[in-house]
Amino acid sequence: MLLQGKTWKFGADVDTDAIIPARYLNTSDPAELAKHCMEDADPGFPGKVQPGDIIVADKNFGCGSSREHAPIAIKAAGVSCVIAKSFARIFYRNAFNIGLPIFECPEAALAIREGDALTVDSAQGLIKNLTKNETYQATPVPEFMQQIIAAGGLIGYVSERLRGAEQGVK
Amino acid sequence: MAMTITEKILAAHAGMDRVEPGQLINVKVDLALGNDITAPVAVREFERIGVKTVWDRERVVIVPDHFVPNKDIKSAEQVKGLREFVRKHNLTHFYEVGRMGVEHCLLPEQGLVGPGDLVIGADSHTCTYGALGAFSTGVGSTDLAAAMALGETWLKVPESIKFVYNGELPRWVGGKDLILYTIGRIGVDGALYMAMEFAGPAVETLGIEGRLTMANMAVEAGAKNGIVPPDEITRRYVEGRAKRPYKFYQSDADARYAQVIEIDVSKLEPQIAFPHLPENTRPVSEAADVIIDQVVIGSCTNGRLSDLQLAAEVLKGRRVNNNLRLLVIPGTQDIYMQALREGLVEQFIEAGAAVSTPTCGPCLGGHMGILAKGERALATTNRNFVGRMGHPESEVYLCNPAVAAASAVLGRIAAPWEVE
Repeated sequence: MLLQGKTWKFGADVDTDAIIPARYLNTSDPAELAKHCMEDADPGFPGKVQPGDIIVADKNFGCGSSREHAPIAIKAAGVSCVIAKSFARIFYRNAFNIGLPIFECPEAALAIREGDALTVDSAQGLIKNLTKNETYQATPVPEFMQQIIAAGGLIGYVSERLRGAEQGVK
Repeated sequence: MAMTITEKILAAHAGMDRVEPGQLINVKVDLALGNDITAPVAVREFERIGVKTVWDRERVVIVPDHFVPNKDIKSAEQVKGLREFVRKHNLTHFYEVGRMGVEHCLLPEQGLVGPGDLVIGADSHTCTYGALGAFSTGVGSTDLAAAMALGETWLKVPESIKFVYNGELPRWVGGKDLILYTIGRIGVDGALYMAMEFAGPAVETLGIEGRLTMANMAVEAGAKNGIVPPDEITRRYVEGRAKRPYKFYQSDADARYAQVIEIDVSKLEPQIAFPHLPENTRPVSEAADVIIDQVVIGSCTNGRLSDLQLAAEVLKGRRVNNNLRLLVIPGTQDIYMQALREGLVEQFIEAGAAVSTPTCGPCLGGHMGILAKGERALATTNRNFVGRMGHPESEVYLCNPAVAAASAVLGRIAAPWEVE
């Protein structure tokens, strides 16, 4: 799939409290969570993000809480993918599990400026910066995780597995 | 081939003789945990899978602890949904207000986790149980949903970093200071995707509660799990308490580590983490003169009985400063009862503190002590991110319970020896 959008830049160690503050976690409705996406990192973000836009951040994006509400809020806000130098472990898992594409790419995280227009070939992990006419290659996604994506997230993957077991196939 | 304790537990749960760092494996889980924030999402995803029952009604544990006693209608509805799920699936381990505790204080105390277990929980501080020699790690709600259906999860075998704490612990220095110092040294992503193995003479002399505090904050260095090799202290804690059989694993002497970091604790001071990251640590003597508005003693990091005993020792016969409020939150009902029997609660109240039923409340800015714009808190909790305890323009400093108590008396960040 080809993702396309303009970028919003964030720094290092953006934590899940900044992505979706705990004060909004008395609901898990994606549309409600989207209204407060990235609010404590940039209060104006929910008002200015456009469908397809891309978040670009430095190291350790999504550190802190296990709250899946964080990638849910980002996805529901219309963000097409997140590119970072590195991701916190639980956020990384959660993003794959709910079908939010994320890419680890230190080179891209360094070179991309806010507002740059990008295309991202999600299967190849190939990031093209249309504004600067540069190309960056993200760290390849393990094959097992590509299967999760292909199944539409972990729940689709588990359902397929259980159906397979019922039918006696591996 | 030599393996670390983490690798051995993972191999055993994958049904394999050995595993290597980087390997993706499927493992059986001994216990799966959710709370009132993460479990509602897990229940929604579980129902999408289309299975009729959970994999084992004895091994799915639900602890509403974040917004309880419920702070508003929405959070009440979240817990109501959980109760319905628990009844439908007849789950054994659901902990209601009045019989509950902060999840990571409650599970070890109730013997639900033990050495050699593999536990996943939809809460990042699930890594706490590594203190008992278990592999335990935080996951999200969808991972929890899959584990509730299958009793399995997938994991990447982490590399391990071994931390060896040498020397004798100075007075007023405990598990919280060791872990804050360690995070200060390696950074909040210093152990990203890795296992932190805590060893050495200073850890061996720490009680289980100090070890639980250390393992609890492994995630604050980005780690997948924190783990302490089980020993006689572990055995004494779990004997007669563990509800299931347990097994002690040990790292081989020639196990491979990504890094071995030696730390001399003999000159260490109590540590303070400054806003807005747990890695911004300084010795308490370099933190004086920070005026504070609120002190919180509690949470899954430092809400255990020994924490309350330490705070009470410092507070004894003294008064909370007029310009601040002190909140004390025992981690579980049992801890609360013990604190009552030992007279600690009376001491806290006489000193001018508010003592609460167990809740995660203020730790994550949920309720029971939210900060206004510009306010500063000193807390024995585990995170001091922007807005963590309330307004995005408030500040949180982290410390051990003795420092918290001394600071509550003096109205500014203070070392315990300043009130002696």
